[in-house]
Amino acid sequence: MTEEALLRISQRWARRLLILAPAALTILFAACSDPQTTIEPRSDMTEAIQGVYEIVFWLSMFVFVAIMLLTLWLAVRYREQPGREAIQIHGHQRLEILWTIIPVAIVLIMLVPTWQVIADTTDTPPENSMVVEATGKQWWFEFKYPDLGITTANELHVQAGRPVHVKLYADDVIHSFWIPQLAGKVDMVPGHENDLWFTPNDDSAREEAYLGQCVEFCGASHANMRFRVFVHDEAGFNAWAENELSDALEPTTELGQLGATLFVVRCAECHTVRGTAASIADFGPDLTHIGSRETIAAGILDNNFENLVKWISNPAEIKPGIEPENDIIDKDPPLRFMRAFEDEISAEDIQAIAQYLTELK
Amino acid sequence: MATAAGTIAAPTTESVVWSWITTVDHKRIGALYGVTAFIFFLIGGVEALLIRTQLAVPNGTVIDAQLYNQLFTMHALTMIFLAIMPLGAAFFNYMVPLMIGARDVAFPRLNALSYWIFLFGGLVLTSSFFFGGAPDTGWFAYQPISSSQFAGSGMDFYVIGLMILGISSLAAALNFAVTIINLRAPGMTMMRLPVFIWMTFIVMFLLILALPVLTVALIQMLFDRQFTTSFFLPDGGGDPILWQHLFWVFGHPEVYILILPAMGVVSEVLPTFSRKPLFGYAAIVFAGIAIGFLGWAVWSHHMFTTGLGAVQQAVFSASTMAIGIPTGIKVFNWLATMWGGSIRFTTAMYFAIAFVAMFTIGGISGVMHASPPVDQQQQDTYFIVAHIHYVLVGGALFGVFSGLYYWWPKMTGRLLGETLGKWNFWLMFAGLNIAFFPMHFLGVSGMPRRIYTYDPNLGWDFWNLVATVGAFILALGVLFFIINVFKTQQREPDAGDNPWDAPTLEWATTSPPPEHDFDVIPEVHSREPVWYMRDHNMTTPDPEPGTHIHLPPPSYYPIIIAFGVLLLGLGPLSHLAVTALGVPVIIYGIWGWTLEPTE
Repeated sequence: MTEEALLRISQRWARRLLILAPAALTILFAACSDPQTTIEPRSDMTEAIQGVYEIVFWLSMFVFVAIMLLTLWLAVRYREQPGREAIQIHGHQRLEILWTIIPVAIVLIMLVPTWQVIADTTDTPPENSMVVEATGKQWWFEFKYPDLGITTANELHVQAGRPVHVKLYADDVIHSFWIPQLAGKVDMVPGHENDLWFTPNDDSAREEAYLGQCVEFCGASHANMRFRVFVHDEAGFNAWAENELSDALEPTTELGQLGATLFVVRCAECHTVRGTAASIADFGPDLTHIGSRETIAAGILDNNFENLVKWISNPAEIKPGIEPENDIIDKDPPLRFMRAFEDEISAEDIQAIAQYLTELK
Repeated sequence: MATAAGTIAAPTTESVVWSWITTVDHKRIGALYGVTAFIFFLIGGVEALLIRTQLAVPNGTVIDAQLYNQLFTMHALTMIFLAIMPLGAAFFNYMVPLMIGARDVAFPRLNALSYWIFLFGGLVLTSSFFFGGAPDTGWFAYQPISSSQFAGSGMDFYVIGLMILGISSLAAALNFAVTIINLRAPGMTMMRLPVFIWMTFIVMFLLILALPVLTVALIQMLFDRQFTTSFFLPDGGGDPILWQHLFWVFGHPEVYILILPAMGVVSEVLPTFSRKPLFGYAAIVFAGIAIGFLGWAVWSHHMFTTGLGAVQQAVFSASTMAIGIPTGIKVFNWLATMWGGSIRFTTAMYFAIAFVAMFTIGGISGVMHASPPVDQQQQDTYFIVAHIHYVLVGGALFGVFSGLYYWWPKMTGRLLGETLGKWNFWLMFAGLNIAFFPMHFLGVSGMPRRIYTYDPNLGWDFWNLVATVGAFILALGVLFFIINVFKTQQREPDAGDNPWDAPTLEWATTSPPPEHDFDVIPEVHSREPVWYMRDHNMTTPDPEPGTHIHLPPPSYYPIIIAFGVLLLGLGPLSHLAVTALGVPVIIYGIWGWTLEPTE
């Protein structure tokens, strides 16, 4: 193929790509409707971020389109043609000053709103904030509400319009706390306390959970460390809190009652169910109201009887990396992973425990 | 020729293998670097394809979590330390003496030593796959997840491998900095140096200053892992954030170590094929220096989400965005070099123009997350994966390929096939954009990086599949390059001394150049010496009869010392007695090296 033929083809494709560009943009904005989207803010914090992002995005799009078109035009316009000589120049002072000033201006336009948001988000949390202590652990999140006396796992409940101050900790390795629609990520670093705060929008209450995920690589099951955030209206939040504060429900089925007995023997070493004999341990997730949660295993599985059986039987199959040989006993607090109970108890016993857990609404 | 007590005579063998092992010729060492790095590049590519295969569909089951984590860690380590850095080294080994009008580097044996240590370091790092698993906590090896409590022996290979590779790079950096300062031909003033040499020169200083920081951090990590210190471990009073500061003080200049040589290549290719001098030479050089300096003032932008505090975030966002200014200047000057030209569309030129466009995309997305609030939504998502791959594939790697097509006739006497070259280019160009552009969308819709699996209901399925297809197209493009090389090498060497009518000194000698590079060291009168000679009807003078060209003889000692360094490193991985064994080997090597006759 001759060079000119190639050039013709590339020009034709360049035109086609230009036509496709709006389509690409449409697809980009279709990303809005994805459940973990970063560009559909639902809190003051993420709206502030979005404000900066939009300025930066449109400036970037402008530079992107300008440079791509300029490159294409130069390549086509100054291609080798018979009878034309290259112009022998070494530079042009005024032009070079001009294109030093352009990036300086763009940087300044981006920097001012950036600094404003930094100042806003690193100041001090609002005084009437509800405090949540969030701790990242391999591979789940613990949420404590010290003012309310609630401890739960992997599902955070907040109230629309009420500021939340999240104190971030980590027990073992570095994790990160991120709810794309409600809170930009901040790391959970062992030995440090980090903070973030946000106020869910007044109209952000909804049935469906907002998705969160660990976004700092934290080991084998980093991909399996997710959490959910429920935004309630005031009545809904109080109802949730009231239920959480109450002691565990008594199982009503026969299988569930057997499960309750087994739980105390097999599970109380690590897990707490308040109001029962199993209320000493504090390093496994608190299971007092696990039956009311939407998911288990840090947002990996729907919370139902079958999945609970699967999880208790052989959790490492669902969450690689939690094999018992990875336990670190001599740590403070010790790092101990959920064992595979299919090696220790019968399938019937596992079913009984699973039944008991479903009843802990 | 007498040899000192206890040393080996300089090799005189005609055997091909031994002649390569003992060579101190910068061109042969460059070729060794190039071939070795290309093989590592293919290994890194296979790792990438495995990663993309696993992520092609949600809940993929091709590889498990543990292997996935090893692969993404080793993909980064292989591409950064064993492919792109040494591919740059291949070019500056081969080209620096030729482009500045010298017969070899300042320290030819040190140059050979750098190569052998690099090879051994690369082998140590890669061999970890076969000895209990490769490093699996990311190429940044954050603490405490990389401590002995959480990570297996792979991280010991990481520490030792990178320390060995650091020795190699440090030796090479000092060698080439000295070479560029001292061995320039008469008339080759600093402001007449080709831009590729300038960028190499800047990279050498970045290496000299950055690698010690990494080495210190690695030694602390080694002590944490082997001797129960707690530099970075909170349980013992250490601080994991300290590791991040040390790592990124090295890690960000490292990005410029990877990209500046490619910028240098492109600054050679664009003028040659536009048939006009580089636009704004001084601005491009000083912008390069400015990037080199600013590269030291931005490391904390990798740590915006660690809870740095307002002042640090404000300062590091400003300095990071400021790097966009010299980078922008460079881009505009490259484009202005094309302006008014008479552009020949060779494969080298395709790659160079694509470099400018693709690197710009990577640069723009980089400025986007220079804003800490925006970074809170983008850090550790696929948006960043898109960004670094536009910089390192569309940037550094396209620069490397541009250089390969450009200098292949100089290095082998043969022009690489242009038809296969265009296939090579268009497949890589399409593959790059199909693989990495959708990752911007994935990042925006919240997909974290370094996850081995994802759920189907998150809207990430389609673009992940597209990205995987793109990765395979990219790999197909590389395959076309390999085919092109094999076909080209079967042809007669008929490229001629200067097939591109290029302006710089390496084109003033034969293709491939003689062992002594130049029969007569040329005198330089302008920034484009070969064009100057052309326009003034000058010819290269014949050497005066009877002149003796002194060349350093081949030597066994570089590989002996490199082997000693390898033993030192293998100690902590096996038994400390191995380290003890390495000491006499190194002492013997230094002894022989010092007393070796130079004629």
